[in-house]
Amino acid sequence: MSANFFYTIEVIANGLMTGVMYSLVALGFVLIFKASGVFNYAQGVMALFAAMTLVGLQNGQIPFAHLINTIFGTHLDKFGWEVPTFLAIILALGVMIGFAFLVERYILKHLVNQDPIILFMATIGLAYFMEGFGDLMWGSDIKKLDVGLPQGGNVWLENATEGWANGFYGFYIDNLDMWATVIAVALVASLIAFSNYTKTGRALRAVADDNQAALSVGISLRKIWVIVWSLAGFVALVAGIMWGAKSGVQFSLSLIALKALPVLMLGGFTSIPGAIVGGMIIGVGEKLFEFAIGPYIGGATENWFAYVLALIFLVFRPQGLFGEKIIERV
Amino acid sequence: MKLTKLATFAVTAVMAASPVLADLVFPSLSYRTGPYAANGTPVADGFADYYTMLNERDGGIGGVMTKVIECETGYSTEKGVECYESTKGEGSLVYMPLSTGITYQLIPKVTADNIPMLTTGYGRTSAANGDVFSHVFNFPANYWNGASAAVNHFLEMADGDLSGKSIALVYHNSAYGKEPIRTLEELASKLGFDLTLLPVDHPGQEQKSQWLQIRRERPDFVLMYGWGVMNQVAIQEAANIRFPMENFMGIWWSGSENDVMAAGDASNGYKALTFHNVGTGFPVFDDIASYVVDAGKAAGTGEHVGTVLYNRGMYGAMLAAEAVKVAQRIHGVADITPAMMRDGLEALEITDENMAAIGFGGFGPNFKVSCENHGGPGLSAVIQWDSASQSWNVISDFAESDMSVIQPLIDADSAAYAAENNIASQCN
Repeated sequence: MSANFFYTIEVIANGLMTGVMYSLVALGFVLIFKASGVFNYAQGVMALFAAMTLVGLQNGQIPFAHLINTIFGTHLDKFGWEVPTFLAIILALGVMIGFAFLVERYILKHLVNQDPIILFMATIGLAYFMEGFGDLMWGSDIKKLDVGLPQGGNVWLENATEGWANGFYGFYIDNLDMWATVIAVALVASLIAFSNYTKTGRALRAVADDNQAALSVGISLRKIWVIVWSLAGFVALVAGIMWGAKSGVQFSLSLIALKALPVLMLGGFTSIPGAIVGGMIIGVGEKLFEFAIGPYIGGATENWFAYVLALIFLVFRPQGLFGEKIIERV
Repeated sequence: MKLTKLATFAVTAVMAASPVLADLVFPSLSYRTGPYAANGTPVADGFADYYTMLNERDGGIGGVMTKVIECETGYSTEKGVECYESTKGEGSLVYMPLSTGITYQLIPKVTADNIPMLTTGYGRTSAANGDVFSHVFNFPANYWNGASAAVNHFLEMADGDLSGKSIALVYHNSAYGKEPIRTLEELASKLGFDLTLLPVDHPGQEQKSQWLQIRRERPDFVLMYGWGVMNQVAIQEAANIRFPMENFMGIWWSGSENDVMAAGDASNGYKALTFHNVGTGFPVFDDIASYVVDAGKAAGTGEHVGTVLYNRGMYGAMLAAEAVKVAQRIHGVADITPAMMRDGLEALEITDENMAAIGFGGFGPNFKVSCENHGGPGLSAVIQWDSASQSWNVISDFAESDMSVIQPLIDADSAAYAAENNIASQCN
C-alpha cells in the first residue's frame, strides 16, 4: 500500500480525535439546552474562566491583584504557595458550582417563563460580563497550563509504523488527543449513567421533556438549573483544560465555542451521544476535505467546511442526527 | 472689590476656555481587551510609559508636555476608525494604529486630514513609497523586508544555496498574513527553493491539518506570519511533530514571550525577526524604572518592562518623540501641529549618536527617512528563544533585506494605488 493511503488513515484518525475535542465543548451546550431549552452563548467563556481559575489557583495567584494594586498602590501578585493540580481542579470545580448558584439566583430566577430568546440574550450578557470579570480577576496574560498530561506525537506508534510504505514516516497521533478521547468517553458514559440511573438525572430529563409538568410533580426547577449549570461548568473545566494545554490559557480559548456550533447542528442540541458522534463526523470531514481538496483551492477550508457539512445534514435531518423531533399538536 | 472679583473671574474664564497649548498629543489606539489583549497590553504600556518618562525627566519634549490619549480598539477595524474620528480633533500629532486592518482604513483619512501615520513593522508595505503615500510612514522595516530577511537567514543556514530546498509559509489567513507571499514567490524563483503556502484561519486554535502536512512534506524551513493564539498553537504543534526549532522562524509579530511561554521548554531554539533590541540592558530602562515604575506612574504593573512587545511600544513612542524634535527644529516652534509632525517624520534621521544620547544606544538600526523613502532601509535582526533563561537572545546584526526584489514590488503596488486614487507625485 502507498504512503498516501497510510497518510489518509492518519488524517482520519487525527480528525476523529480533533472531533472529540470539539465535542468536549459541544457537551456543555447540550446539557443546558436539554434541561432548559436555552442556547448558552457563554459556554465558551465558561471554559476560559474555568481554565483561568484553575491556573490561577495552581500558581497561587492573588485574584483581583491588579485592581487591588491600582486602588491601594500595593504590589500584590502571588500568595507564595502553589496548589497541587488535583486540589486545584477540585477548587476550580467549586468555583464553577458557585458560579452556577449565582447565575441561577441573579439571572435565571428572574427569567422563568420568559421566551428562550430572552434567556439566550441573557447568556450573551453573561458571556461579556464573564470575559471582563475573568480578566479583572486573573489578568489577561497568557498562562501556561500544565496538569501533567503528556503532549506531542506518540513516539512508540510512530516508530512501530514507520516504513510501512515508501515515504511513510509512521502514524502521528498526539498523546494529548488520545487522553482527550479517553476523558471524553468517560465523561459521556458518566453523564448518560447519571441521566438514566439517578433520581436527579431522571428529574433533569423530566424538566427537559416538559418543565411545567415537572414542576407539577414537585421537581424544583431552580435546583435543576443549578445542577445543570454546575454540570456545564464541569464540562467547561474539562474542555478548558484540554484546549488550554494546547494553546495556553488566554482569551482566545472562549472562541472554541465556534467549533462546537457545527457539531451541535449535526449531532442535535439535545443528545449527549450526538455531541460525540457529531464532533467526530465534523472532525473527520473537515480534515479529509482539507487533506484532499484544500491544496487545490488555497487551503484554510476547515472553518467553513465544517458548517457546510452541518448544513447538508440539517437539510435532511433538521433536528440533527440524534436530536429529538419536536412535534407540536394543535 | 467687585472689579477685582470680575477681573479674577474673567482671567479664569479665559484660561479655562483657551486651548491647552502645553500638550503634544499622542493618541494610543490600544487593545487591552479581546482576543489579542495579551499582546496589546504590553505595547500600550511601553508606549504610554515612555511619554510619562519624558514628562517626568525632561518636562516633555522641547519644553512642551506630552499627553497620551488612549482609545480601546479591541483590535477591531471598525472601533479603530471610530477611535481615529473621536481623537483627531484633540490635536493628535501622529497615529500608530497597531493593526494592518485599521491602517488600510485610515490611509485615505489621514491624508485628507493632514495627520501623519506611523506603522512600524506593519500596515501597507508599499506605503514605503513616500512619493505616493505622503502621510504614511512604515520605517524601520516592513513585512516584505521581513520575508526577505528570513530567507536570507535560511540562506545562511543552508551555506548560501537554497536551490532544491523547501520553505513553508504558515500564515494568518488575512491581509496581514498574505503580505509576504508575493515577495516569497519572487525570492523562490530567484533562489530556486520550493514554497509551500499554508493558511490558518482566525483565530488559529486548530492547526492539526497544517502541521500534519508539514510532517508529511518535511520542508527544510518554516516561516510564520501569525498573531495571537495562532503563534502559541503553531509553536506547540511544531514541537509535537519534532520539527527542528532552529529551522522555524516567525516574523516580529510571532516573536514575543507570549508566543513561546505556553509551549514551555519545547519552544527552546525558536527564532523570530525583530527591528529593535530586546531586554532591559539599555540606559533608558533605568529612567523608566526610576521616573515611571518606581514612582507608581506606570501604565501597567511594570511587569512587562523589557519584554519584546513592551520594548516595541516604547520604540515606536521614541521614534515619534524624535520626529517631534526634528519638527520643532524645522519650524522653530515647540508646540507643533500634525502637519509639522509630518515634516518631522519625513526628515527623521536615527544615528548611533542620537540613539546613545537618549539612552537607546544599540537598541535599533540607524536609518534616514526621505520624501521618497518612508520605509527606511528595512534592517532587521534575528532573535532566538532560550527556554532555560526564559529570554530572547539577539543572534545576528541588523541586516539588510533584498531590495532588488522588494523595491520593484513596492513601486508596482504604490503605482497601482496612485493610479486608482489619482495621486500625483508628492516629491517633485
